[in-house]
This record gives sequence, C-alpha cells and structure tokens, in this order.
Amino acid sequence: MKTLKEVRCGQTVKVARLHGEGAVKRRIMDMGITRGCEIYVRKVAPLGDPVEVTVRGYELSLRKADAEMIEIC
Amino acid sequence: MSVKIALAGNPNSGKTTLFNALTGSSQHVGNWPGVTVEKKEGKIKGQADVRLVDLPGIYSLSPYTLEEVVARDYLTKERPDAIINIVDGSNIERNLYLTTQVMELGIPVIVALNMMDVVRKNGDIIDVKKLSAALGCEVVEISALRGTGVAEIAKKAAALASSGKQTPPQHTFNEVVEAALHTLADLLPADIKPEQKRWYAVKLFERDKKVLQSVSLTAKMEEIIGCTEETLEDDAESIITNERYEYISGLVRGCVRKKRKGLSVSDKIDRVVTNRFLALPIFAVVMFLVYYVSVTTVGGWATDWANDGLFGDGFHLFGVWIPGIPVLLGNVLEKLGTAEWLNSLILDGIVGGVGAVLGFVPQMLVLFIFLAFLEACGYMARIAFIMDRIFRKFGLSGKSFIPILIGTGCGVPGVMASRTIENDRDRKMTIITTTFIPCGAKLPIIALIAGALFDGAWWVSPSAYFVGIAAIIVSGIMLKKTKLFAGDPAPFVMELPAYHLPTAGNVLRSMWERGWSFIKKAGTIILLSTIVLWFLQGFGFEDGAFGMVEDLNNSVLANVGSVIAFLFAPLGWGDWKAAVAAVTGLIAKENVVGTFGILFGFAEVAEDGAEVWGTLAASYSALAAYSFLVFNLLCAPCFAAIGAIKREMNSAKWTWFAIGYQCIFAYVISLCIYQIGSVFAGGAFGIGTVVAIVLAAVLIYLIFRPNPYKETLSRRTQVRSVQA
Repeated sequence: MKTLKEVRCGQTVKVARLHGEGAVKRRIMDMGITRGCEIYVRKVAPLGDPVEVTVRGYELSLRKADAEMIEIC
Repeated sequence: MSVKIALAGNPNSGKTTLFNALTGSSQHVGNWPGVTVEKKEGKIKGQADVRLVDLPGIYSLSPYTLEEVVARDYLTKERPDAIINIVDGSNIERNLYLTTQVMELGIPVIVALNMMDVVRKNGDIIDVKKLSAALGCEVVEISALRGTGVAEIAKKAAALASSGKQTPPQHTFNEVVEAALHTLADLLPADIKPEQKRWYAVKLFERDKKVLQSVSLTAKMEEIIGCTEETLEDDAESIITNERYEYISGLVRGCVRKKRKGLSVSDKIDRVVTNRFLALPIFAVVMFLVYYVSVTTVGGWATDWANDGLFGDGFHLFGVWIPGIPVLLGNVLEKLGTAEWLNSLILDGIVGGVGAVLGFVPQMLVLFIFLAFLEACGYMARIAFIMDRIFRKFGLSGKSFIPILIGTGCGVPGVMASRTIENDRDRKMTIITTTFIPCGAKLPIIALIAGALFDGAWWVSPSAYFVGIAAIIVSGIMLKKTKLFAGDPAPFVMELPAYHLPTAGNVLRSMWERGWSFIKKAGTIILLSTIVLWFLQGFGFEDGAFGMVEDLNNSVLANVGSVIAFLFAPLGWGDWKAAVAAVTGLIAKENVVGTFGILFGFAEVAEDGAEVWGTLAASYSALAAYSFLVFNLLCAPCFAAIGAIKREMNSAKWTWFAIGYQCIFAYVISLCIYQIGSVFAGGAFGIGTVVAIVLAAVLIYLIFRPNPYKETLSRRTQVRSVQA
C-alpha cells in the first residue's frame, strides 16, 4: 500500500481510499480529499513536516502523520 | 416585521469583508453562548428591520468542530428566515461543498458568489444562470472587497427572507443512496417538517452524533444504512462526502470554464515565501519587523508616551507642553479642596492603576494592525505551516510563536495575540504559557537580583529567558497529557489561502475590535483589582487608629505580608518584605523593585534599584534571591495580563485554572531550586530537601509518562496493521 506520505514533491497522484475514522477522517474528506480525486504534492515545510498539496484547485497543508492515512494509486 | 438572516461560508471566503460591507457600523460583537467562538450581529444597511448574524467560518456542517456545532445549532434551532451563503468563486469546488449541506436545511438560501473580480481577472468564466438552476437558488455575483453587488445581495436576501419562499435542494446522489435516503425520510417521526426531512434523512444516514441525540435510529433504519454501506463498500459518512464532491465536480465541469495558464501571482509569492531554504530567514525577518516596530520602536514610544506622558507628568506636542492626566486631575482636585484620601484614591488608585493598564493600549493597537494584516494577507497560515513541526510537540500551534515573541515585550498584547489560533486547546495552552516568558516589566526585577546578588553576572538575564522557555515547553508537555487537554486529536489539515492585499478598512476594524475588548476589561475587573490593592497598600493602623498610613510598613498589605510570608519560607525568602514585593507585582511587575526600595527605607529608587542592592545582599542568600526571581518570572502576571487572559479565555473557570497553574508551577520550581540548590551549596539535608526531590520526581514523571489519552496512537497502529 502506498500512501500520500511517500509521494515526492512535484508528483500528482490519485486517491485510492482513506483509512482511519472519526473526526480526522471526516475533516480530511471535508477538505476535498475523497476517493478518486487528484492531489499534487507541492512542497514540504522547511523543517520536513507538514506538506503542502494542491487539491480541487486550492492549497492545503497536512501533517505527514495524516498523509499516511491517505492511500493512493 | 423584522427578519433574521444568517451569513454562512468557508473561512477565507471574504465573509468578514461582506459582513462589514452589509452592516457598516451597526455591529455588535460578542460570543456565542458558552463557547469562545466570536459572534457578530448587525443590521443590514438600507434594509429596515433586517438583522444579519455572522456564523463562524466553516467548511462543513459535520458534528466535530466547535465552530461547526455552533453554526449548526444556530441554523437548526433558531431557524433564521434566510441564509446568505458566501462562495469564493476563485475556489468554487470546495466552497460549494458547504453549499450542498446548507441547501438541505430547509431554510431559503441565496448564494453570494464572491471574488468575481479575481475570477474575471484570471480569465475564468462562471455560468451563473446554469449554476443557479442546478443549485435551486438565486446566485448573485459580488466582490465584497470592491463593494460590487453588495447592495443587490442585501435587497434580494431581505426579499427572500420576508417572502417565505423555499429553495429546495436540487442536487441528487447516486440511485442507491437516494433510495436509502427516501426510505429513511419516510421513516422519520411525523413531527419533522417536510422541508427539514432531507436534512434529517442525510444526517441519520451519516449516523450524526448530534442528530441521533434528538431522533433515534430504529432497527429498520440501521438495516437500510447497513445494506447501502455493504453495496457501496464504504462507511455511510464517507459515502455522503464522496457523493457530494462527485456531484460538485460534475456541476463545476458544466458551469465553470478555467483558462489554463501558468502560476498565479499568489503561487509565485508562495514559491519564495515558503521555499525550503528561504522560508525560515524570511520568517525571521517578518518576526523581527513585527517585534521591532510593535515592541521596540513605535510600540515602545507609544507605551512610553501613554505611561509617562498621558498618564504621567505630561508630554510635548509640537513644542507645547501638555500636562498628563494625573497632573490635570490633581490641579482640579486641589482647587476643589477634596479630602486627601479621595485625592489618593483617584490619582494613585484609579488613574494610576487603570493608567498603567491603558498605557499598553497604543502599543497593542500597533501590534493588532500587524496581526490583522498578517492574517488577512494569508501569511499567518504560512507561519503555522513553517513552525508546526516544533510547536506541536509541546501541545502548542505553530501560530503560538507570535504570542510568545510579543510576550517578551509585554504579556498583555501577547495573550491577546493568541486569538489568531483557531484550535481551542492550542489557544488555551498558549494563553496559559505565554506570560512565562520574561516581559519588559520583569527586566528591572532581573536587573535588581543580578546587580544585588550576582555582581551583575552576565548569565542571570539569559538564564531568566531560558527558565521562561523551559517553563513553556515543560508545561506544554505536561498539560498535553492531562484530561483537560485530551480528547480527539486535532488534525492539522489547514487551508493555505491565496495571498491578497487586505483593505485598510478591514485591518483597522479588526485592530479596533480587539483593542476595544481589552479597554472594556480595563474598565471593570482591572479597575476593581487595582482599587483593592491601592486600599491595602495605603491604609492600616498607625498610632493606634485605622486610616491612611504614611509608612508602607504599617499598611494592611504589610500585615497580610507578614501573615503569608511563612508560605515562602521553603523558597528561601520567607521575609514579609519579599512577600509584599511579590504581591505589589500584581499591579505591574516593575513595582517589585519600587516596593523593595520603599520597604528598605528609600523614597525613590532607580529602575534597577541600585540603591537597595547592598541591603538586599545582606538580607538574602544568592540562592534565595534566584528563587525569588524565578517565582516572580513564572507566577501570576500583572492584573492587566490577567484581564487579557480573562478576555481571551472567556471563562472564569479557565482563568482561575491558568492563574492557579502559573502560581503552583512557579512555587514548585522555586522550591526545587532553593531546596536542592541548598544541598549542593553545602547546606543540611532536611525535610525540605526530601519534599523538593519528591516534587522534582513527580514533575519528571509528568513530563515523561506515556500519554494516557493518546488516541492518535491507536489510529496510527490501525493504519500500520493494514499495511502489514
């Protein structure tokens, strides 16, 4: 299983499914990261975490720990 | 007949700008009952009897965050007559996600499609007619920033609210979900109004915690949901979210034509500002500028002017000497021939006390301009992005950096700066720990102790900052593991809004709202506290009669000091003079030095109290003095800062917790320093040493124990087990 955490900067990936449950999962989905949507990994913060991605035409930042819950294909 | 309209929309969608444009100056700012979420209300300009309620900025109507629950409760329980849903046209896909949820509430909706100027400038085209038909409600193009379309939306929203016409949702999910929703709607209790059935059906399908409290899920309903979940191989909540975004993607494909092109201006700025190598230097420069202007230069001048000029002797205005308020009032009182105690109450008690507090206002306003600008232009979100990695380890937010930095100048604006932190727990933690950092008024205490007992050693002052920073880190780690700060892990999934230049009007309005809320506090709680302390300090038994005292030694405060002095004996300074000095620090920390001066028999001392150095050195050991210094650095801050804490916590319970925690923490640390230090200095090993070692052990345990409330851990292991 490959997750968003392992994706390198400058790559575009597609979401296969989301893991986890409850508030965190709902929040990630509310922000537009749902099955089948495209995510472009823009950059990593200067200290190595969090990451910045482009999803549904806007910029979103999320921690690597949360990115690990996003399975990609 | 008066009507009520709610304004709902995503954060960063221009909601505040639209609210300001719609209501003008007729605003009332308060808090939603029971929570620290700000509530704004106002009358719509040019529309008689139309009240507008600004809901918190939200991305969804899920039951998980405080803001979302506040907005939901208002919409479902108060049922406004109409909703204006503001949608950022330049970020339409995610913004419409909230729209699909708002449409289901059974309240008439009108969409304000904002930032149309940006959309047009980008060369994008939005087919508003098509969008309006698809959504089933009117869509008005506006630009809140430029004021275009604002009058139109006001008129149309008011008309919609008074007409009582419904705008039933037009969007549909896939057949399987729709079939389930229809069956659920039929099974709903009969007392639910037809227009609200869709909302309840969707929420029951999602097994929404909050809705399940009022409507129970029957076995039949559970069966329907279970079946649908099995068919679609996903949980119900995810199904609905996926379906909403599926629907919106289709809608956007049909209504929006984006002109493909390279990087936008905002992207270009961001490439530099959060660049892997440049981000930290740029951040340092921005922070230096904020600190330099609001603490060192402009802010410092403003505070000096307010404290020494306006509330002091007086100041020069274009070469003309203008006496300060105390001087003017003193002259008036002298002419009136009022009693001496009344003069003292007015001048020393009220004007002196409140003046000391209001003196911070000009500096605060300077800082608030910066904060408002950083927030509105989009850089504040980037600060959180850059600093998150360090601060989240201590239970703080990346945005906690600003309150702590400002706290080195003055704790009052520092605490007030915590308002930019959205997450409730992060904000409370920041408020509690910000005043640990030595503020400007604590510097004289440091100078006094360093000069009197350490021969002005270079390391005393840096060690004070080190103690402050360590106290923040230790408190963060300890408190994070307590029940108070436990709960669902707050995900750091944050939008990085596009950069844009805010209008001067919005920045100034935000500055004034924050400043005013502090001024109001200065007029109440702070005024009362300073008068009480003035009384204790100025009155007592002298020559056998109760009255105003000449000598501070005879005051009630001195008596109280001698009574409570034993409390501080284990810290090495159980002398009543030191106890009284610490108490007077509550008015302003620099008072500690002045009080020592008076108590040791000097009428007036220099800022660092050089006159009392000799006496002080004779009275206390170096270790006791350092313990005194640490206690004063960490204990409850001055009344002004306590007032700011009260303002930002918006809860008496949390304010007392913060003050109590600070005092106990200061006590324990000073105790450990003095008692354990005494042994190293060749002192006897006594009961005090044992207590100190036990306390130190407890402290270390609290820091290093595993977090009993860590839910994130179980979540992560779940993910890992799937991997394995």
